Amino acid sequence: MNTVLIKKTVLYLFLILTSILTITPLLWMISASFMSDGEASVFPPKFIPDRVVLDQYENLLVRLNISRNFINSLIVSILVTVISLFLNSMAGFAFAKYHFKGKNQLFNLLLSSMIIPAQVVMLPLFLMLKSLGLINTYLAIIIPGLANIFGIFLIRQYILSIPDSLIESARMDGATDFQIYRTIILPLSLPILVTLAIFTFTGTWNDFLWPLIALTDNSMYTLPVALANLMGEHAKDPELMMAGSLLTILPILLVFLVLQRYYIQGILLGGIKE
Amino acid sequence: MNRYPIISRQSKNFNVRSGLNAAYYFLLPAILSIMVFFFIPVIAALVMSFTDFDIYGLNSIGNVRFIGLRNYIRLLQDPLFWIALKNTFYFVLAAGPLSILVSLGAAILLNSKLIKYKGLFRLSYFIPVVTTLVAVAVIWRFIYHPRFGLLNYLLNVVGINSIDWLGDPSWAMPAIILMAVWKNFGYNMIIFIAGLQNIPEQLYEAARIEGANRWQQFKSITIPMLAPTTLFISVITMIGFFQLFAEPYIMTQGGPLNRTLSVVQYMYQEGFRWWNMGYSASIAFVLFIIIFIGTLVQFKFQRKE
Repeated sequence: MNTVLIKKTVLYLFLILTSILTITPLLWMISASFMSDGEASVFPPKFIPDRVVLDQYENLLVRLNISRNFINSLIVSILVTVISLFLNSMAGFAFAKYHFKGKNQLFNLLLSSMIIPAQVVMLPLFLMLKSLGLINTYLAIIIPGLANIFGIFLIRQYILSIPDSLIESARMDGATDFQIYRTIILPLSLPILVTLAIFTFTGTWNDFLWPLIALTDNSMYTLPVALANLMGEHAKDPELMMAGSLLTILPILLVFLVLQRYYIQGILLGGIKE
Repeated sequence: MNRYPIISRQSKNFNVRSGLNAAYYFLLPAILSIMVFFFIPVIAALVMSFTDFDIYGLNSIGNVRFIGLRNYIRLLQDPLFWIALKNTFYFVLAAGPLSILVSLGAAILLNSKLIKYKGLFRLSYFIPVVTTLVAVAVIWRFIYHPRFGLLNYLLNVVGINSIDWLGDPSWAMPAIILMAVWKNFGYNMIIFIAGLQNIPEQLYEAARIEGANRWQQFKSITIPMLAPTTLFISVITMIGFFQLFAEPYIMTQGGPLNRTLSVVQYMYQEGFRWWNMGYSASIAFVLFIIIFIGTLVQFKFQRKE
């Protein structure tokens, strides 16, 4: 019995130690963001600010106008999420419950093209959007995210499990296809839609390479691009940069904490990666 | 079982737009946008990679000429490309297995029957996954600071000398690898935990009755039963890691001495800084081919075992 106790103690100690180590960078970020200028550039490093100040946030919001970037991120992330959920769920419904010519070929084509890395399309996409005059607009970010193959696949899998009898009886009552989609399919697929919404939102929020390419002006930058840009000028201001990092991370962290269950579910449904 | 009963064309309650047509209406917006903004650009990128599209081509498409395989041949002779390729492979081959090992270890610990508060531990291991990569790279750049950084401080406490993590050519890539493992292991850990929970308890009981010790159980039950999970994890981890970009972009700008320059970063520089878009497109396609081959290799490798 004693060995169990020792094992338990060792296990707990190890888990506690590694958990603390894992979140230390983020705790330090929070702490340093409330320090005054220069306080995070000392040795040995400080873990607690001498005096909690909001200087860095004030500087970011007032002088550097980062709220503009925050709003940009919020707008494109919400729009991409809403639009892509709508398009993906309709397509997923069609693949799950309709029979039409070329269905399997189309579906397999979509699935196999998922291996193509996003970087491949960026050059032509840039030229395309440039010729449409859409570079440096919200649309430049929204357009590539309109529909998403993995999202279609995920929703299709889910809708397959909705019994056909529900759809049939609605049809008996004279419902149109779109009414069936709106009143039966959408409400019943709510769990998968929430999961997909979280991943689309956080994916768009965190995205870096494409916004870096498609947005060319500070006032249009999303938060990650603005933060990277800020790093160029403020590489010696850890306090300011930590406040910027916190503002960037906070919204998606909140989304995760509130909807944790759906998030974990999404991972288990098959590798949605940013 | 009939999966598609809603389309019986003979049905009395059928309105004109139902059935066959409705499917196309539902598909049209998504498929159209995927065609126009994904498939066509993929083909366009392939075509571009056979042209000398550069800043003059950007001004007028008339300046663009087909040059056959010249971009790809130039690529093979480009020392900077080979450096980027080598760095990327270094990153994938080190950070990939390392992050998988760490996530398996964490999953096994959190699956132990001895402990409580699993949710809390799982949460703290998982938090880095839901952070923004750019922000995290910014944070770690300060953690790696040679004089004031947290990491060197901790090393000093246990008696190890400070390291110039991002400034020393031989330490910069390990620093990026460490950060990537920290950022990603929680994700695979979740998948591994689910995989472990799917292994029937009876298998372990039977093994215990036969006198198998912990290690033998792990080797002959856990590992083989997790094989499909491991394959899945290896593939998605590899695909993600080959696209390394934000970490070197923020933390080292590819330096020192190009030791952290990645393939995607090189593609970005050639295409969007110097506007050598034809050349850049060929880099993107080589990346695609590498990821494709890597995926095939992993499938083959796993099937043999």
